[in-house]
Amino acid sequence: MELRTDLQLISEWIRPGSRVLDLGCGDGTLLRHLRDSRQVTGYGLELDPDNVIACIDAGLNVIHSNLDDGLQQYFDDNSFDVVVMTQALQVVHYPAWLITEMLRVGREGIVTFPNFGHWQCRLQLALGGHMPVSRTLPNPWYDTQNIHLCTFRDFEDLCRQKDIRILERTVVDHAHRTSLGMRLLPNLLGEVAIYRFTR
Amino acid sequence: MPEPFPPDSVGLVTPARQHFDQPLELVSGRVLESYDLVYETYGELNAARSNGILICHALSGDHHAAGYHSPEDRKPGWWETAIGPGKPIDTNRFFVVSVNNLGGCKGSTGPNTPNPATGQFYGPDFPIVTVKDWVNSQQRLAESLGIERWAAVIGGSLGGMQALQWAIDHPDRIAHAVVIAAAPKLSAQNIAFNEVARQAILTDPEFHEGRYYEQGVVPRRGLMLARMLGHITYLSDESMGAKFGRELREQKLQFGYGVEFQVESYLRYQGESFVERFDANTYLLMTRALDYFDPAGDYGNDLPAALRRASCDFLVVSFTSDWRFAPERSREIVKGLLDADRNVSYAEIEATQGHDAFLMPLPKYLDVFHAYMRRVADEVGA
Repeated sequence: MELRTDLQLISEWIRPGSRVLDLGCGDGTLLRHLRDSRQVTGYGLELDPDNVIACIDAGLNVIHSNLDDGLQQYFDDNSFDVVVMTQALQVVHYPAWLITEMLRVGREGIVTFPNFGHWQCRLQLALGGHMPVSRTLPNPWYDTQNIHLCTFRDFEDLCRQKDIRILERTVVDHAHRTSLGMRLLPNLLGEVAIYRFTR
Repeated sequence: MPEPFPPDSVGLVTPARQHFDQPLELVSGRVLESYDLVYETYGELNAARSNGILICHALSGDHHAAGYHSPEDRKPGWWETAIGPGKPIDTNRFFVVSVNNLGGCKGSTGPNTPNPATGQFYGPDFPIVTVKDWVNSQQRLAESLGIERWAAVIGGSLGGMQALQWAIDHPDRIAHAVVIAAAPKLSAQNIAFNEVARQAILTDPEFHEGRYYEQGVVPRRGLMLARMLGHITYLSDESMGAKFGRELREQKLQFGYGVEFQVESYLRYQGESFVERFDANTYLLMTRALDYFDPAGDYGNDLPAALRRASCDFLVVSFTSDWRFAPERSREIVKGLLDADRNVSYAEIEATQGHDAFLMPLPKYLDVFHAYMRRVADEVGA
């Protein structure tokens, strides 16, 4: 099976043999890829029981828990090389706290999230007067888990505030491709961002 | 002729007995010079002898985990939901061994069997055995069956504790441990419940210091009370409410102390039927084994240090409404395993049935169990 491009990009940022924690690991696609292609060891944290079953089926280590409690309850300081969280920053209750937790538990963090500053979102809000609905944000405002949407610029401001150093950033579209335009005007043209950061 | 057993049952099974002459040194310092273990097996041991599964039973369990002893049996073994062809512990792939623990009352050497030194029943002279002792005796049985390494040791509740102890004490002899609805040690509240149960038995006038066999009596009231109390801790407020509520047996209140509420009737029935099938001395002994269980105790009360001894992979499962060994207790085990850098998966199953849920056919639970056991089977070439 072809790996989603964002997951492909993430795995290139992870050194072989690393110890990785995947927050909201879903059915374990990334962890399985990391294990099979980069000899990575680690654990996934996942709340959905069917995803937990899928991870167990794939022979992965998965801990059934929500992110907030799970991180605090189970993991000591500096116990991982990398802590990954894909497409979950916008659904958690305390994203700022979670980002700092990721760097308490791990040496490096990697997050991906949808860009609320994409030109389509801006247009829908500015001209249409509606909350944006897009390919990366497909649900209407009353029926979405996304409670903490942000733009790339917002995220980078947060990192500055928290003394977090951004090591790498890649910006892609909904199909996880990148282009020259996105590299030049990421906050306007990028739909999904992938950040690697550290203390 | 109609097929007497369901197709996903192991069907008719016959218990086996193994005698051991090599003395067993117990944690207490006492020695069992010789003993018998009664056990059942389901499925076939493969040529590589790599597909052995050990089932460890809980407080009131025994070796009869699956199948039927006769076509007339109304009920199958206690873990029929999990063991059988195509079930999580798939007898088409695994060779399953289920043993009655030392001190039990279903055929293995225990208080209700004769002491060869005296010819009398052991009764109160039977030494108090611990989870560690059980594991050592089970290891002897494994040797006699030619199983050098279990594909998995599996148990719920007190059975899960044995699986944990196996992982720590015999790291080379176990590839996977499945620890269900267990705890790394008992809490004060757990011990308190056990103590009330024991007091009920010990103060029964028919107990006769444990030598009731010779008197031809049974401490019925005490054992019944112990079971009634225990049973409450196996259920949840929610499941009791759903099953009985405040339903009365008669239409109106009787203003007396007879059985008026359905829940009272149920508990008495549970207590009375338990007396018919269980031994009071064994109940005392099993509750003590629970109280004493504390694998971290041997490692400076450092659970991760104890678990660092283990080299197997772990599946830990708990149930949301279990308050005897609540999910928090399983999370302690998981945390210990994470600190010890062991491979572990953990599932917290949504269930209303309380501690008893581990015996129930809950779809998500069985899916988790099945997924893990498929992986075990693939790994060991079962």
